[in-house]
Amino acid sequence: MKIALSLLLTAILTNNFILCKFLGICPFLGVSKKLNTAVGMSAAVIFVMVLATAVTYPINLLLKANSLEYLQTIVFILVIAALVQLVEIVLKKYMVSLYNALGIYLPLITTNCAVLGVVLLNIDNGYNFWQSIVYSLGGGIGFMVAMVMFAGVRERLEGCDIPKALQGLPITLVAASLVSMSFLGFAGLVDNMFA
Amino acid sequence: MAEKKSIGKEFTKGLIAENPVFRLVLGTCPTLAVSTSVSSAIGMGIAATAVLFCSNIVISALRKVIPQKVRIPAYIVIIASFVTIIQLLVKAFVPALDSALGVYLPLIVVNCIILGRAEAFASKNAVLASAVDGLGMGIGFTAALFLMSTVREILGSGTFLSGIKDLLAVFSGDIQFNGFTIPFLNENPLTIFVLAPGGFFVFGIMIALSNKLAERNGKPKAELNGCASCPMASSCALIADGKKCEEVDVK
Repeated sequence: MKIALSLLLTAILTNNFILCKFLGICPFLGVSKKLNTAVGMSAAVIFVMVLATAVTYPINLLLKANSLEYLQTIVFILVIAALVQLVEIVLKKYMVSLYNALGIYLPLITTNCAVLGVVLLNIDNGYNFWQSIVYSLGGGIGFMVAMVMFAGVRERLEGCDIPKALQGLPITLVAASLVSMSFLGFAGLVDNMFA
Repeated sequence: MAEKKSIGKEFTKGLIAENPVFRLVLGTCPTLAVSTSVSSAIGMGIAATAVLFCSNIVISALRKVIPQKVRIPAYIVIIASFVTIIQLLVKAFVPALDSALGVYLPLIVVNCIILGRAEAFASKNAVLASAVDGLGMGIGFTAALFLMSTVREILGSGTFLSGIKDLLAVFSGDIQFNGFTIPFLNENPLTIFVLAPGGFFVFGIMIALSNKLAERNGKPKAELNGCASCPMASSCALIADGKKCEEVDVK
């Protein structure tokens, strides 16, 4: 329980996927203009991250048993791509309300580095099945926290008088830098809490 | 169309006019993540260039064979195969680079530059043009990483090219050169520049500078248009309807 909580908080706060690990920057900059799209996108990311971890964990055991670990990258990206397609079909058929909420974001997630990243990180860190699930869930929630915070910041930027050269993307990145700096304040938090 | 252009133009466009990082705003994740030191940035640039060059050639050669409907999965398989090859080569010959890049080395698979070039260029052009395009874009990516990491390493750790020995060891084991130390900054580094916020900040300033230069030459600003910069966009149903992500609200 203690390990699970520490993993969860690490993934959300101290090692936030977007703001500290730079995984999933494209949606972070691209889909964070409005609060509700940011929430929808992050919900889909959480969903796919946890599902991808649950599916790839046994596949990795299978690869290991046959000493085919070097195929990890190629197998995982294909599994994730197929999984996203499958989820889309299943949701469309049986859970229409969920499909309406998340469906439009699903095709965008296949090539999201956060999803492949979390799967590979789980293996690199040697987590067991439940630890991997918790870490993926934390990573997804951390993604949502960052997206929602940043959507708020960007809505405020809309009406600001910004120097001409910095308008658009540059000021967005500078704002991201400030949001990321605020997360540096969490450094050491989890270690101290569970020391 | 593009085939009428000279090969030289295909090569040089990736360097400045269509620089993948500063002009097309692709591949932001690796750009921010590995630009903390110049030597890992160069290593990442070379690895990505190799993958881009090879995958562009193969995808272009197969462009008439791959059915339109399954082209994205097919591209991903081709790219992932080359990434695996590069991964094994790096692990065998430059283990220090492997540990420096960590998870970002396999993540070249989802680097938007590579899938983006496959979709936008290699799938429509002849093999030679695609190879040159891949090489130019790869070198443009490496140059952008080099610029970013130079600023970040000098300000953030007070060194330049530190750890380059491990990269050069591929050619010869007895090179002793291992970078420079910057006199004042080495004792008083501005550590924030090698941390995450510094990455965002330096990238923002770089884009602002490149926009300024583009404006002087009468070119449009670099812009991240939501889905438009995403290589999946053309296969995404949203775009087919002529909408941007941001225009579709969650019901």
